[in-house]
Amino acid sequence: MSKDSEILVKRAKQAVLRMVYRAGASHVGSCFSAIDIISVLYADILRVDPTQPDWPKRDRFILSKGHAAAAIYSVLAFKGFFPENWLENYCQDGAKLGGHATHHGIPGLEVSTGSLGHGLPIGCGMALAAKRDETGVRTFVLISDGECDEGSTWEASLLAPQHNLDNLIVILDYNKIQSIDRVKDVIDLEPLRAKWESFRWSVQEVDGHDHQALAAAFSKIPSVQGKPSLIIAHTIKGKGVSFMQDSIAWHYKSPTAEELALALAELEK
Amino acid sequence: MRTAFIRALLDLADKDKSVFLLVGDMGYSVVEPFAEKYPERFLNVGVAEQNMIGVAAGLALSGKTVFVYSLGNFPTFRCLEQIRLDLCYHEANVKIVAVGGGVTYGTHGITHQATEDLAVLRALPNMTVVAPGDPVEAGLATKAAGAYKGPVYIRLGKRGETVVHQQVPEFVLGKGIILRQGKDISLIATGNMLATAIDAADLLSAGGIEAQVISMHTVEPLDQELIYKTARETKIIVTIEEHGPRGGLYGAVAEVLAKAPQCQVILTGLNLGNHSWKEIGSQKYLCHLAGLDKSGIVATVKRVMGKALPMDEQK
Repeated sequence: MSKDSEILVKRAKQAVLRMVYRAGASHVGSCFSAIDIISVLYADILRVDPTQPDWPKRDRFILSKGHAAAAIYSVLAFKGFFPENWLENYCQDGAKLGGHATHHGIPGLEVSTGSLGHGLPIGCGMALAAKRDETGVRTFVLISDGECDEGSTWEASLLAPQHNLDNLIVILDYNKIQSIDRVKDVIDLEPLRAKWESFRWSVQEVDGHDHQALAAAFSKIPSVQGKPSLIIAHTIKGKGVSFMQDSIAWHYKSPTAEELALALAELEK
Repeated sequence: MRTAFIRALLDLADKDKSVFLLVGDMGYSVVEPFAEKYPERFLNVGVAEQNMIGVAAGLALSGKTVFVYSLGNFPTFRCLEQIRLDLCYHEANVKIVAVGGGVTYGTHGITHQATEDLAVLRALPNMTVVAPGDPVEAGLATKAAGAYKGPVYIRLGKRGETVVHQQVPEFVLGKGIILRQGKDISLIATGNMLATAIDAADLLSAGGIEAQVISMHTVEPLDQELIYKTARETKIIVTIEEHGPRGGLYGAVAEVLAKAPQCQVILTGLNLGNHSWKEIGSQKYLCHLAGLDKSGIVATVKRVMGKALPMDEQK
């Protein structure tokens, strides 16, 4: 853990609120459940170089929950992968940054995502290439809990241990709310840890907003040689803004000017 | 065709260490030579086509040239969104090789047929769609796909297809091959209908009708130049494909001709219709029902020419 991740996440959250407000966009809740994880990864964990975004030996990060695009865009911008002013016209006509993670022309963004269940299979392919070439590259994939409804997520979760992909790290952003309802009321994933363990993954559970705990979990990878790692990050959708927290509405809702001001003020506290 | 494919792939892999082969638990008695020679570049991903395409994309985005191999409908319809997003949008260097195109596996039933694949895949941006006409073209298409950077779909038959090319032709993706000259009519075939088209042309010739035969192995991008040339020179075009009636070779040719109203040409398409959705039977039987055999082609040509001649006389 470093102070950098705390500074990064604060700036990124402010940026996300402004981006979503300006665009009349959605998914601020989804961004705020994942943004601590992304910030810790980019501040302290990933071997990446903003001056060489295509460096072959970089670690790969895939935001499989591509609807949290504003979170990854803002973190990449503040890490210096592209100019911060690109954030200003997020989701606008002619913008570089689309509403779901869209990689064309965006340094540092590995893949386009937004249709759920794509990130983990691609991550398996990247991890497999790194294993066979012995490059030492690690692949991190951030998936959502709702995404665990997708069959392709489980197809990939079967493949990774079969090929001993211990260079593959999946972070499951477990905010317990999917698009329009609570996970337990749609497709209850429990017992979640036992499911992944029975699929031969090495599993850790952490508070997904505790930077120290996140960094500690990432530093223990692979926790078991030969096994892919899953970090179940217990998170709160809309974390940090009282009226957005743990709310189904803020998956889709876009803040009004008043709500933006209130939310920004809360983040300043 | 599948034997020609695996031989060509081994040649590619011998020269290029980036070549990988993924299979979706398919390829018994076909892929073993590759798996044995290059186990570190071979992967059976299991019965999981969505994952197979995603894994292939991840490998390709890490610098690999990835061939995926499965049976017609599986690496296409089952994982269409992965093809669209993971491959086409990312311009990933992945080649989907499908055996059993059309109704090769006729008696297996609709679950094992690929009768809309050309239409569906050619609708995707950045996708090259190839249906080789014989084993020679299958080998050449495999090599051409390996040399090309980007997603390619290669539709193969199975095995035992007639070798049409007695000499190795020049093979370029997106360029049709003229196999036989003829001034009266043009038969444009794709995939494993090529040999049948040649047979039909021989029959027609015996009856005094000279047919040009074109192997249109690449359906996307289509050889527009050749289509226009054909339209100028023969005035009647019959497309022949082991595919459903919508959006395949016929649709592709029609789109090209519609852009050139000066081309006064009669276009008709021979295809599977919906017979394979309603009938059980072998490839030969289903093709016969649809008029996709030499006698069916001849009958169609005679019907079209019968209609065409009065129009010519009016001019």
